[in-house]
Order: sequence, then C-alpha cells, then structure tokens
Amino acid sequence: MAIADLMDQVVTTRLDELVSWCRKNSLWPMPFATACCGIELMAVGASRHDIARFGSEVFRFSPRQCDLMIVAGRVVMKMLPVLQRIWQQMPEPKWCISMGACASTGGVFDTYCVVQGIDRFIPVDMYVPGCPPRPEQLIQAVVDLQEKIQREGTMFGKEFYIASRQQTKRALQEP
Amino acid sequence: MDLRVRPRQTRTDSEVHPTKSMNTAIEETVNALRAAFGDLPASEFRGDTRVVVSAEKIYDVLELLKERHGFDLLIDITCVDYLNYPGTKDRFGLVYLLAGTVANQRLTIRAFINEPEPAVRSVVSLWEGANWLEREVWDMFGIQFEGHPDLRRILMPEEFTAFPLRKDYPLQGLGERHNFPVLKRGES
Repeated sequence: MAIADLMDQVVTTRLDELVSWCRKNSLWPMPFATACCGIELMAVGASRHDIARFGSEVFRFSPRQCDLMIVAGRVVMKMLPVLQRIWQQMPEPKWCISMGACASTGGVFDTYCVVQGIDRFIPVDMYVPGCPPRPEQLIQAVVDLQEKIQREGTMFGKEFYIASRQQTKRALQEP
Repeated sequence: MDLRVRPRQTRTDSEVHPTKSMNTAIEETVNALRAAFGDLPASEFRGDTRVVVSAEKIYDVLELLKERHGFDLLIDITCVDYLNYPGTKDRFGLVYLLAGTVANQRLTIRAFINEPEPAVRSVVSLWEGANWLEREVWDMFGIQFEGHPDLRRILMPEEFTAFPLRKDYPLQGLGERHNFPVLKRGES
C-alpha cells in the first residue's frame, strides 16, 4: 500500500482530543431537580426540544451512572448535604450545570434556609440564567459544555486538578 | 344580562342547622367553658368565635371541648410572635383551631405565653394529629410541649439551633445556610 493511499484512510489526532470527543458526545445527565426548573429540564428531555440531538438524553437517576449533574432549582440547607453526597458518588470525569437563578445565586429566596448559589459548595462548569430558563438555554449550556470538554479535556482529567488550583474562593460569610 | 354586583348569597344559620342556629350552639359552648374555667374573654369575627384562655388551663379546656362538646377534629396549631407588635403585652400567642364534624362547628382557642422557656402541655393524647403540628411550632418558635412523645425539629435540619420564625431572628439567618464543607475539583 502506498503512502498516498494511507493519507486518505487514516486520521491522526491527539489521544486527549479523541477521548474528549467521545466524552462530550455522550454526556449522561443526573437530574437534580428540586423546583420549577425541573419541569423545564423534563421539557429539554422530551421530544419537542430533544436533548438527544446533542447526545445527552440518557437521564439516569443513579449518580453512579452519570457524569453531568444538572442542578435545577433551589437548594436548601437540608438538601445541600444530599447534593454534595450525590456529587461525590458520581464517577470522574464529571461536570456540573447550575440551571436557573436559584441554583446559581439563590434567586429571590434570600432567606435563612436557602443556599445562595451551589457554587459555594460544589464546583460548577456552566451557569444558566433564567427563572426558569427556556429549554433552548439549557441546550445551549450543554453545547457550550461540550465545547469546553473538547477544548480542555484530557484523558486522565488533568484539567480538573488545574481548575481546583485556580479556583478562586468566593466569600462564604455574610457581609 | 344583569351585570350589577349583588350581595353574596350565603346560607343562613337555619339552613345549615335546621333545628338550632350555629351561633347559639357556640354560645352555649362558650358559656359552658366560662362556667368551668371562670370568665374567659371571647370575641367574634365574621361568624368565627375566639376564646382566650390561660396557658395553664389550655389542656383542660381542649379536653372538655373534645369530650363534652363534640370538637373532635383539631384543624391546626399555630403560633404568632408579638414581639414589638403595638398594643400587646405577651410575647407568643398560641392558636388552636378546632372543628366539630358532627355539629359542623368551629372554634378558635388562643393562649398567650411568655419567655423565658415558653411551654404548654401537649395535646397529642387528645388528638394524634397534634404530633407534627406541635413539632412544627417547636421548630419555628421554640415553644416546649410538655408530654409530647417525640418533640424534634420537623422542617429545619437537626443541627439547627435557632427558631427561625421568631421576630428577633433575622430573615437571612445567622450564617447557618453557609456552614457546610466546600467540595473542590479533584478532591471528591
């Protein structure tokens, strides 16, 4: 076989890119739906908006089988330990989308029991604004996350350790 | 079509109770309470009667109402914090909403209690349904129910120490909502 024929039949790439390409097109979301955003999350999974077009339609209710946590809705004091536990139960590599105003900042619920943004306690990759966000917004977040995975993903998850060192500390105390 | 606003059609007492009007039935109950427990202040608002009793007698009053006057259903137990409320001298107002399902009556019993250590006797022995209601009042206002079989917090987490619906507790809390470990990338 001539070298010229090989050029037509073989693709060369970096192993990291290949792995990231596989991962990004097969995200398995863990729906952590606690409020009305969960209804929009269901709409995203249903046939009209159909997140299956982006390869992440397999919603699993066991964190052991998931690699994308979608936190949809407000998280209260009593729920946060549950959220953290489920996050820890998910196998690496894993990502997190904070869906809606409540999950991202506490939203209008600035009260004694509502956590003011889940990113204070677990790492978040994508924030989706809205109250609740349109399904298209969540799909955009998934697409953006796929781009992020393709851009900086590595086979052994080196980017996560880099991110943990770069993670800036948010003010955890009340002003 | 006639679009003028008409007065709302309400059933008269004689329609609800062909033999006896609702108000006289409640009046008799209030008079019986007064005969047993002294001159209790009572008032009426839009057809609902409210009787104020002292916190020490609340169990005896409710027991009498249940056993003798047919108030077999406890609708709700709740509480009001009157801190800084104009014209009040007591801190907490406990509210017992009763209903008699046979005679179709309703009655509100109120009792005022004060700090330190606001406490009343539990009514779980009268109505099983009071169990969670009293737990909620304990959780939100810190009112002790003596004799309650299982007086734990029901809404807030167990490690919570404050009573959030008290008026001297700030709406945004005292930092409890942020008292959790932080998980970072690569550590979990």
